[in-house]
Amino acid sequence: MSLDALEQDILAQVAAASDEAAIEAVRVSALGKKGAISERMAGLGKMAPEERKSAGAALNVLKDKVSEALAARKSVLAEAALEARLATETLDMTLPVRPQAAGTIHPVSQVWEEVVQIFGDLGFSVAEGPHIEDDFHNFDALNMPPDHPARQEHDTFYFNEKPDGTRNVLRTHTSPVQIRTMLSQKPPIRIIAPGRTFRSDSDMTHTPMFNQVEGLVLDDVTHLGNLKWILAEFCKAFFEVDEVKMRFRASHFPFTEPSMEVDIQYAREGGQLKIGTGDKWLEILGSGMVHPNVIKAGGLDPDKVQGFAFGMGLDRLAMLKYGIPDLRAFFESDLRWLRHYGFRALQVPTLAGGLSS
Amino acid sequence: MKFTLSWLKEHLDTTASLDEILEGLIGVGLEVEEVSDRGKDLAAFKVAHVQEAEKHPNADKLRLCKVETDQGIKQVVCGAPNARAGIKAIIALPGAVIPVNQSVFAPATIRGVESQAMMCSERELLLSDEHNGIIEVQGDFPVGTPAAVALGLNDPMIYIKVTANRPDALGVYGLARDLAAKGLGKLKPLKAEPVKGTFTSPISVSIAGDGNSCKLFVGRYFKGVKNGPSPKWLQDQLRAIGLRPISKLVDITNYMTFTYARPLHVFDAGKTHGNITARSAKDGESILALDGKTYALASGMTVIADDAKPEAIAGIMGGEESGCSDATTNVFLESAWFEPRATAATGRKLAVHSDARYRFERGVDPAFTQVGAEIATRMILDLCGGEASELVIAGQVPDTARSFTLRKTRVKSLGGVDIPWAEQLRILRDLGFATSDDGVAQVPSWRPDVHGEADLVEEVCRIHGLDNVPSAAMSRPHDIARPILNALQKRMLASRRALASRGFNECVTWAFLPEAQAKLFGGGQPELKLGNPISSELSDMRPSLLPNLIAAAGRNAARGFGDVQLSEVGHAYVGDRLQDETLRAGGVRRGAFLARNVNGGARNVDAFDAKADALAVIEACGLAASSMQVVQGAAAWYHPGRSGTIQLGPQNKIAMFGEIHPRILQAMDVKGPLVAFEVILNALPASKQKSASRAALVISDLLPVSRDFAFVVEAKVQAAELVKAVKGVDKVVIADAQVFDVYQLEGGKKSLAVEVTLQPKDKTFTEEDIAAISAKIVAAANKAVGATLRG
Repeated sequence: MSLDALEQDILAQVAAASDEAAIEAVRVSALGKKGAISERMAGLGKMAPEERKSAGAALNVLKDKVSEALAARKSVLAEAALEARLATETLDMTLPVRPQAAGTIHPVSQVWEEVVQIFGDLGFSVAEGPHIEDDFHNFDALNMPPDHPARQEHDTFYFNEKPDGTRNVLRTHTSPVQIRTMLSQKPPIRIIAPGRTFRSDSDMTHTPMFNQVEGLVLDDVTHLGNLKWILAEFCKAFFEVDEVKMRFRASHFPFTEPSMEVDIQYAREGGQLKIGTGDKWLEILGSGMVHPNVIKAGGLDPDKVQGFAFGMGLDRLAMLKYGIPDLRAFFESDLRWLRHYGFRALQVPTLAGGLSS
Repeated sequence: MKFTLSWLKEHLDTTASLDEILEGLIGVGLEVEEVSDRGKDLAAFKVAHVQEAEKHPNADKLRLCKVETDQGIKQVVCGAPNARAGIKAIIALPGAVIPVNQSVFAPATIRGVESQAMMCSERELLLSDEHNGIIEVQGDFPVGTPAAVALGLNDPMIYIKVTANRPDALGVYGLARDLAAKGLGKLKPLKAEPVKGTFTSPISVSIAGDGNSCKLFVGRYFKGVKNGPSPKWLQDQLRAIGLRPISKLVDITNYMTFTYARPLHVFDAGKTHGNITARSAKDGESILALDGKTYALASGMTVIADDAKPEAIAGIMGGEESGCSDATTNVFLESAWFEPRATAATGRKLAVHSDARYRFERGVDPAFTQVGAEIATRMILDLCGGEASELVIAGQVPDTARSFTLRKTRVKSLGGVDIPWAEQLRILRDLGFATSDDGVAQVPSWRPDVHGEADLVEEVCRIHGLDNVPSAAMSRPHDIARPILNALQKRMLASRRALASRGFNECVTWAFLPEAQAKLFGGGQPELKLGNPISSELSDMRPSLLPNLIAAAGRNAARGFGDVQLSEVGHAYVGDRLQDETLRAGGVRRGAFLARNVNGGARNVDAFDAKADALAVIEACGLAASSMQVVQGAAAWYHPGRSGTIQLGPQNKIAMFGEIHPRILQAMDVKGPLVAFEVILNALPASKQKSASRAALVISDLLPVSRDFAFVVEAKVQAAELVKAVKGVDKVVIADAQVFDVYQLEGGKKSLAVEVTLQPKDKTFTEEDIAAISAKIVAAANKAVGATLRG
């Protein structure tokens, strides 16, 4: 058979090979030890040098051509085989994924972090105190001696009397943390004290446990104008609006002098409160300049130290900002409520990234 | 405190509008709770004159009236039986909103006749339930007079919230004083000329020296008075603030209470016996009070007694038996001063609320005691006639004189506002502080709340208006904020978000719970029991976060949400000392960990889920969970065999986890499967990380090698003991050892398969190296827990 005929024959076999095994058979029959081309290569040794040279070159060209053809065919067949396999592997991608519970953060916790972000930027640290308090920290030191009328209005939860005649209370406000802070650190003091508080009160808008945040600044210069400033700045930052209209009303708390309550203006739109617009007033906090007697009870000299304190409801802030209608639901742990009003695990409020976004 | 605008204007000479007065009240610290202005509500309704009333041509019961209104003559069809010519009615013209149903009145054709206006009943204007006829205006009011004027309803009622420090604002006169200082008018002078008595009181008064609360008693006897209904103006005033007029004598005392914050009492002198004494009550005494209830008195309470028995609870309520009636002709008037705290204590003990107690316990002006008696005397004589005796007085006006200096700079330095000194002095003087030009201010007797310079600053600032205090920026302690959270606070936040990222829905549950549940979780100690719980469901402080979370899981399951994971990061209480209150992160998982799904693998929660949660919290708090011991068993509320404790040592337990004991679930009526964990964040050790920089990274280019060992051990052997022994063989070479299979064998044994990862350091292991280490591992395992390799 001529070399041309052999070439045509082998290439025809390559083209006809329909799978990997057939290709391999063609390779063996052409290039294997006993293959047609290999045998001819072996015959070269018997040839005269001139003849061997030209025949060898021709055989090498043929060998390369065949190798190339084999590789090309192999690749085509591999592609086809892959396509065929992929076609059998199809899954319905509209099926659901493995279920994974999406956790949530409680609104009170979220608002805790928001408030801390805002005040932290101004150097307020977070102070804490026990929930089970004594009369001194909860009342006496806050200028509410026994039988003080304001003390009766606190709806205090009492513990049973102890053998020594004293009895603890559940703190009725976060203000005892003011005293604990004064007794443990020196001015200048800037703290907020968020936490649980308790009053024996339960109706549509009151729960026996609720959350407050206290603020306290003590140094030698802070005055009422600073208090107004920080409350206004806080409201703008917290409600994430450019302007909040506020009303500062004189009021009375035993632990501040002068005292003021603060209202913010709001509108009711589509059943939701909207802060920063409207013509209605909503009381959001009580505040004032720390009473000299309180400063004294905290072991400091009211002639040298002055400053302000404020207190507001964390739950209430959450309700106002996020349009949550019912305080009682905060503590009911209804999964539907937790999912609806809760926040994503990684939705961490920051000043840089925004508090609610 | 309620009052009407006209009542205020009796004492405040002002041209201010109602809105200006309301703004002024709010500004000076007298929060306006409610204003009812019937004049505004009824602005669309006017007086009209019915000129003719004929039978309706097409209806027997209807009348066709010709009515003169301020908009001309109108034809009105009316069904009221009293619609007749000559009466004056209240008319609604088209466009008026009818209060009772908020509908807008529009002309209509009734039985073929047009009705152009409507004559209103009391019910339609929400004045009463009367609907049998239309209103007939009494008195000579011209057509077009506003209905509120014609019906005597044009006096707006104002309800203010008075803070506990301002007893002086519990009388209209005190309010007028504040508003005058605010610049809203002029305080009218008191009309309190003493009345000269015409005879000596047959009743004398005394104050017993037994420490009772009465410090001053001013009395006066009246003879020949005539009691009976009060004049209309007084009745209207009392009704406007929700009080029921009773009789002239009683109404006068109420008038004095609300006008001057000066409660008084009137005894029917025909019913008292002998002289009057303020004294401490005796144990066993009782009194039938004016509210119809009998109160058991005790020593420590002060009573006003005659020679026979207590006739009044001092400063709180008078007695029924000596109360005045229409038959009263002789009266004994009491104007006394009682010590606030004692009065409050008695009021609380007896649970009596009255307008008198409300004022006495906050502090009635002691210097006004006699003045009040004189004003009341004048009223009694004017309204009831008769004759007044000379005053009888016991005790003396308590000395409340005190003065404080307001420094000229202090309003600026504390209040943050520049107010001219003269204006500051004016404010104080208008409020009744006798003030020298250099700021020495004498506190008026009606202001028991003022005790220092800060109070004077408050007075100046509140009258000046807090809205007028300029806002002033605070300094920043650092240009760029520094961290402010402590380690525990950061761990609280990290725990919360770690759990949320593991699928937990964070809850905030009550800090209290029922006693029975407290006891199930190691609580219920007497010092953690509320003396006055709001209900038996909330009687004890929680000893753990778990019971309330388990109850919440049960409630959600009952609502159809059986697969839940609920977490809480909050405090629990094991005693009433500071250190007994710890911050914890806890959670419960109930139902399926993985619900059935197309990918298979559905399974229920188990104790290892709770273990993973506890370890995740510890890791989130920046600690290596691998450095903690995990030991078998936990507190009694966990399943004894399916629970564990994570600890640093036996005395330093950090967390517990596992299945909740079936008996606990049964007691709480919550169905499982339910697992839980609780990490005490306070118990976590401090992080060892001292600086931000990390230790140098040491890594090997040599591939780690892994070898599996199938050990056979006694069934009671814990996997952790085996792993510890294996790891202990060579801390450098053995990078890790993990149990990857466990199953029970016959004869009380089990198989534990351990994968050991060996990390070559300098050169790759030879087979001999690996064999040598393996032999050591097998030997160590045998020595520690008697493990043998499976044959």
